[in-house]
Amino acid sequence: MSDYVVEMLHITKDFPGVKANDDITLQLKKGEIHALLGENGAGKSTLMSVLFGLYQPDGGHIKIRAKEVKINNPNDANALGIGMVHQHFKLVEVFTVLDNIILGAEPAKAGFIQRSDAKKRLEKISKQYGLRVEPDALIEDISVGMQQRVEILKMLYRENEILIFDEPTAVLTPQEIEELMVIMRNFAKEGKSILFITHKLNEIMAVADRCTVLRKGCLVGTVEVKNITKEQLSKMMVGRDINFTVKKKQIGKGNKILEVKHLTIASRLHKNNAVKDVSFDVYGGEIVCIAGIDGNGQTELGYGIIGLEKAASGDIVFKGKTITKSAIKKRETEGLSHIPEDRHKYGLILDYSLEENLVLARYRQKDFQKGGFIRFKNIRTYAKKLIENYDIRCGQGAVTKVRSMSGGNQQKAIVAREIDKQPDLLLAVQPTRGLDVGAIEYIHERLVEVRDSGRAVLLISLELDEVMNVPDRILVMYEGEIVAELTPEQTTVEEMGLYMSGVKRQPRFRKATEGLR
Amino acid sequence: MKKSNTNILKNKVSAFFVKLPESHAFRSIMASVISIVIGLVFGFFLLLILKPDRAGWGIYRILFGITDIRRFARMLYFAAPILMTGLAVGVAFKTGLFNIGASGQYTLGSFFALYTAMIWQWPWYLAILAAMAGGAIWGALPGLFKAFFNVHEVISSIMFNWIGMYLVNLLSINTPAMLDRLVGNRTMILVNANPSAVIPKWGLDVAFQSNFMNIAIFLAIIYAVIMYIVLNRTTFGYELKACGFNRHASQNAGINAKRNIIVAMVISGALAGVGGGLYYLSGIGQYLVERSLLMAGFNGIPVALLGASNPIGIIFSALFISYLQVGGDSLQPVFAKETIDVIISVIIYMSALSLIVKTVIASILKRGSIKKHAKEEKQ
Repeated sequence: MSDYVVEMLHITKDFPGVKANDDITLQLKKGEIHALLGENGAGKSTLMSVLFGLYQPDGGHIKIRAKEVKINNPNDANALGIGMVHQHFKLVEVFTVLDNIILGAEPAKAGFIQRSDAKKRLEKISKQYGLRVEPDALIEDISVGMQQRVEILKMLYRENEILIFDEPTAVLTPQEIEELMVIMRNFAKEGKSILFITHKLNEIMAVADRCTVLRKGCLVGTVEVKNITKEQLSKMMVGRDINFTVKKKQIGKGNKILEVKHLTIASRLHKNNAVKDVSFDVYGGEIVCIAGIDGNGQTELGYGIIGLEKAASGDIVFKGKTITKSAIKKRETEGLSHIPEDRHKYGLILDYSLEENLVLARYRQKDFQKGGFIRFKNIRTYAKKLIENYDIRCGQGAVTKVRSMSGGNQQKAIVAREIDKQPDLLLAVQPTRGLDVGAIEYIHERLVEVRDSGRAVLLISLELDEVMNVPDRILVMYEGEIVAELTPEQTTVEEMGLYMSGVKRQPRFRKATEGLR
Repeated sequence: MKKSNTNILKNKVSAFFVKLPESHAFRSIMASVISIVIGLVFGFFLLLILKPDRAGWGIYRILFGITDIRRFARMLYFAAPILMTGLAVGVAFKTGLFNIGASGQYTLGSFFALYTAMIWQWPWYLAILAAMAGGAIWGALPGLFKAFFNVHEVISSIMFNWIGMYLVNLLSINTPAMLDRLVGNRTMILVNANPSAVIPKWGLDVAFQSNFMNIAIFLAIIYAVIMYIVLNRTTFGYELKACGFNRHASQNAGINAKRNIIVAMVISGALAGVGGGLYYLSGIGQYLVERSLLMAGFNGIPVALLGASNPIGIIFSALFISYLQVGGDSLQPVFAKETIDVIISVIIYMSALSLIVKTVIASILKRGSIKKHAKEEKQ
């Protein structure tokens, strides 16, 4: 039994009204990669917070290397050799790579930091594991993949033996994900033990030895990955069968709904343009997906189409009318609908009730107001209809404060509102971000419904599964430009990765600057 | 049959009391009440330190200082202007703006009211409309700066307080027809200049045996009710509050956030302007050309905070603060006038922290219910 380095036995953790963890046992062997799988709210984070000393369990106990321990805070966890790469990196942006790595464990003599010693050690570690970094570069200047390397090196610098990765691949390109998998396997070979939190089944199949599945705070089971299929795993996680392929009706191309012509949008983050001379069309009856790695201008492109960001040059033509300079209200009444990327910032008013949010873009319509006075009765009826049709789960019905709803249901509320407007073009930006498999399946079905009814969907997505499965056409964006147009059936994730990372570019999408010269 | 009926009633009553602590309004009111109690306890200690032998009498006077109907009339008289400035600040808060310029808007409103009443001989109701316009102009300016140049409304409205005050002083000094001939540094007594401009009393002065009594407080309450309806029943109010809660999401829903900022500041300024109108058109106060800002504008901030920015709540908080002020004034000369100001300040400070008080209430209630739950489970 002593080959377990971490044993979390019968862990129970109560929060008022919810049992976040109910009698969960997780045993991590030395030198294994152990995946922790579960939907949002299944209790993965709570369990890891217990291991990391952020919460005290109400029941059960933890053994590290066969010795029972009490972990009161993250420092205790660190002392036991437990390190964690958080989903959202915890790095100081204006510090150098080296300073971030030694932060909290600075080698010092008489109060002076011994940077040269630290640097030597860092270089040794980075050579040993093939984790190349630039010690003197500032965090804000390096790529996301590089930042993750810094987080990993931070754990290695502290000589942690138990490594927790919390959804590490969410921000990486396919190539970077491949590299990370290799690194993780190397760690395991070295005898380090890895806990890998994720809800991406492909990655578990690729890299993990065993997998523990949680559902609604309970343990479903721990399985050997080599003895199980992806479908079985997903069924364990969700409790029912999930369709991975999205079924679409055969339907002819409709009219041209949206025409983007040489659109350029300035960036708020840097002096360059975020969107550079982008042109494309979207027709009725199709889903067009803008793919790319986060931060390559997709967000700004979406803002430009809906009107939250001004176009520096170029034109947006919607149903034959130029709307480049139209107000958002005008665009929305013309039949443009928007599921925003940041649902808390742009999608919802969290302190308003659900019904007030469901009419957010429609309260001006005759059904919902008379002479400027709100018709609460009609809003209530309408909200009830949407709640039922779109299966929005909310504690107190239509009057539930949206802030108190779960992320998945908040997103369902937005989807319900935007689709029920019967738009000619639905702009959906990252519509499934942070949602679990069940909710993702649901939202994909709704998007396809819009398409099947002959209307157009412009999907902007970072999720490769989504990009490969949902759309009819893919446009890949790199550094503000469209570099490729692909058909999902005729391309592979690897090929797309090359376009997304700027290695390849289709000849018809020449660089804008080259064209000018 | 009868028994079951009473049982149902009993259940209903107990259900009400179980539900009550969970309701939002109840918690807001509790937070305000607790703030007041803490302020009064602090005040008692302050009085104990200052004059131990008279402290008991002092706190009694603060709480029950309004012993007769004439003092009550005074309380209503002082409540009207701060109710209006409270509304001004509260409406701005609801839209996510901190209008600290109520004092300047109040001053401009006062001047517009007095000028139209004295020079143009307008009757009181038109003069109040003029006051509204004056305040609205002074509120619009910081609103425009905020919407178009992103100048923070706190900075610009503080500056407009001073600009407004000196502007009104300048205009008053240069309009000799408005000034009291004997003293020269204040406007003349309104009744002598234009009796029709004095807010009518409708016999209330006789009923309350006080010259301070007129219909101003009722006008203020009507304004509060109108604001309540506008904020809670109209699409316009829905937009204003939406912008206040989340400007980005409102924009995304096609609401013109810039326009709403300007409109909110215009309304806020207009309300503060009416406050100035109500005060000076009562015919008792005379505008003094001085180099200090009028406090009625700033008192709107605590009134709004204590009333949780709810127009109906603001009616009560304005009455309450006025009550303390009038009751506290009767502590003189045993205690300094500033003493009561300190006590009111503490209450206001606590009410600014009412959010914390609210969370404390919530956690106590939760703990209670968990304990109860555990007990029930054991049984």
